[in-house]
Amino acid sequence: MAIQNRESFLNNLAENLGRSRRKEGVERPEWSVSPQWEVYQGYSEDQLVDVLEKQCKVIHTDFRKTDAAGLQDVLKETVDRYQGKSIIAADDSRNQEYSLDSFYQRMEADGVEVHIWDAGKGKENQVFAERADVGITFSDATLAESGTVTLFNSKGNGRSISLLPKTYIAVIPKSTIVPRITQATKHIHEANQQGHEVSSCVSFITGPSNSADIEMNLIVGVHGPIKVTYIVVEDK
Amino acid sequence: MSIRIGTNSFEHRVQEGIKNDFMRGAVSSAQGRFRSGRLKAAEELGNWEDWRTLGEEIRNHTMENLDFYLQQLSDQVSKRGGSVFFAETAEEANDYIQNVIKKKNGKKVVKSKSMVTEEIGLNKALEEAGSEVVETDLGEWILQLDEDPPSHIVTPALHKNKEQIRETFAAKKGYDKTDKPEELALFAREQLRKDFLSADIGITGCNFAVAESGAVTLVTNEGNARLVTSLPDTQITVMGMERLVPTWEDLEVLVSLLTRSAVGQKLTSYVTSLTGTRLEGEVDGPEEFHLVIVDNGRSKILGTEFQSALHCIRCAACINACPVYRHVGGHSYGSIYPGPIGAVLTPLLDGYDDHKELPYASTLCAACTEACPVKIPLHEHLIRHRQIIVEKENKAPKAEKLAMKGFAKWGSSPAAYKMSTKMARTALKPWTKDEKIENGPGPMKAWTDARDFPAPSKQSFRSWYKSRRKGDES
Repeated sequence: MAIQNRESFLNNLAENLGRSRRKEGVERPEWSVSPQWEVYQGYSEDQLVDVLEKQCKVIHTDFRKTDAAGLQDVLKETVDRYQGKSIIAADDSRNQEYSLDSFYQRMEADGVEVHIWDAGKGKENQVFAERADVGITFSDATLAESGTVTLFNSKGNGRSISLLPKTYIAVIPKSTIVPRITQATKHIHEANQQGHEVSSCVSFITGPSNSADIEMNLIVGVHGPIKVTYIVVEDK
Repeated sequence: MSIRIGTNSFEHRVQEGIKNDFMRGAVSSAQGRFRSGRLKAAEELGNWEDWRTLGEEIRNHTMENLDFYLQQLSDQVSKRGGSVFFAETAEEANDYIQNVIKKKNGKKVVKSKSMVTEEIGLNKALEEAGSEVVETDLGEWILQLDEDPPSHIVTPALHKNKEQIRETFAAKKGYDKTDKPEELALFAREQLRKDFLSADIGITGCNFAVAESGAVTLVTNEGNARLVTSLPDTQITVMGMERLVPTWEDLEVLVSLLTRSAVGQKLTSYVTSLTGTRLEGEVDGPEEFHLVIVDNGRSKILGTEFQSALHCIRCAACINACPVYRHVGGHSYGSIYPGPIGAVLTPLLDGYDDHKELPYASTLCAACTEACPVKIPLHEHLIRHRQIIVEKENKAPKAEKLAMKGFAKWGSSPAAYKMSTKMARTALKPWTKDEKIENGPGPMKAWTDARDFPAPSKQSFRSWYKSRRKGDES
């Protein structure tokens, strides 16, 4: 697509910097310190799960831990707690792997409306998401320090699922947990260098939406979900 | 609106601020909370100074190679289906955005919070061109309904209390519930959902663009920026030209510094990195994406002794640490960028003429410099501004200039100096109160008009030193 006014704009910058234009050959130097790599260095997966659980209290997020066999029950309890009568969920290959497919069938049998994101249906997905009580996705990378789930949004995992419904549930395979955002962005950086296209939307989500805009009082739940649950699952 | 807010003089604005008891209470309690949040978040990391060093190194390298990284960024955005427009002035940026909206036949624009669009006066330009513009950040929405400028760059409606907000909602939107913040927020959610769903155009600012892949990152808490970039079919992102990092690895460092310094959070609820248009088969996200990169006076700062002012990541840590901001509040600065960074940046972007008081709105205590997560030497920049105002621009207040002349004459004669130090205490007695001179005579008046002067000691330094050498310790 078009790039307009670039040459005069950048030439002016170079001139003010007192040198000729740099169009290539700029290398990032090695920074003198790297404190980001020291955070939770050497922690085991279980230790990182503990860090995550503790952080969930800070970010007003309910935390559950289960194994593959128990996942359906924990999900059902959570949907019930949110009085969920309608669910929108990502179309994810892990739905089958973690038996979420059969969970959704079970919910439908119980009279809950379930919509699995369907790229072919266009804006209909958004319309459903807007009125859905619960959105459910997997986490692609989970950051223990901040209590963050990372979604690489795609045509099967629309941005609306984790955004429009009043409540949101993230299913977190234990193996996705890393110490902090450092590890996730390193992964994206390296994939980009290898020529893989970065997702059109990388969402780092840390608990429910909130605001402190009225007299600095923390209000949990503004435009995004009002309540959030993380469910950590032992890997299959 | 542009970078300037209001037409009142600096003195008038300060008087207004000092008289506003609610605002002063709100500001000082906000400062306390922000500050303790920041200190706690920094303490948890253990090696905060290393983080600051890292942030400074990344910002420094990026600014030194700004032309290279902006070229890389624009190439990557273009590759991912986005259009890029480089705007040297506010007018160029506004014209371009108006044209995009006209071509799309856009009627309704939803915006997420953006300081640079305040700076270029975008809302006014769009409204004049016939668009309906809705600010969707809770604080910005309150201000928009009330036609009031922001007073803080992170929590823009800090100067308003919940009763005032309830009244605004009632008068402008027919709200009939209580002033409980949760109820007010829920009302905003319901009202603004309709706007999100019916808008054709979404406009955002940009916390950090990533040059290596063309991503634009938004750091938010409410979720409105995600709605602005997920639902409308056209997205326009406006960024100050210095708001970028080389790679994703650098992005996370600056985001970590920003969220900790701004609100004491490890990460905000949403850190959202958006690249180009939605991909084939995707439903959410824009089918048309425009990135507008704004200079608007920034390039004049490059290559000067003030270059590090461009390192600012808009966290407001300096504002939250500043004792002057605490007393006078955000509107006193007469700029959308208040506090120490505002006092440094505003004269650079908009000239000294209308902002020559700002570098003096500081005690030079250096709390700002200490708080800055990317180590901008803010108080040193303020001193340098003062020097320039006095030496080159010749804009120091007249009375102060005369007073300095008087002191110079007196101080340069040893006999006069010796005599006056002996006599000073007696001579100044009529003006002395509690060991302070509050309304001094002659050349002292200009000084004591603005601050107290300590009364001369009963004993001069010279006579004290003489007696001390004799062994008298008194």
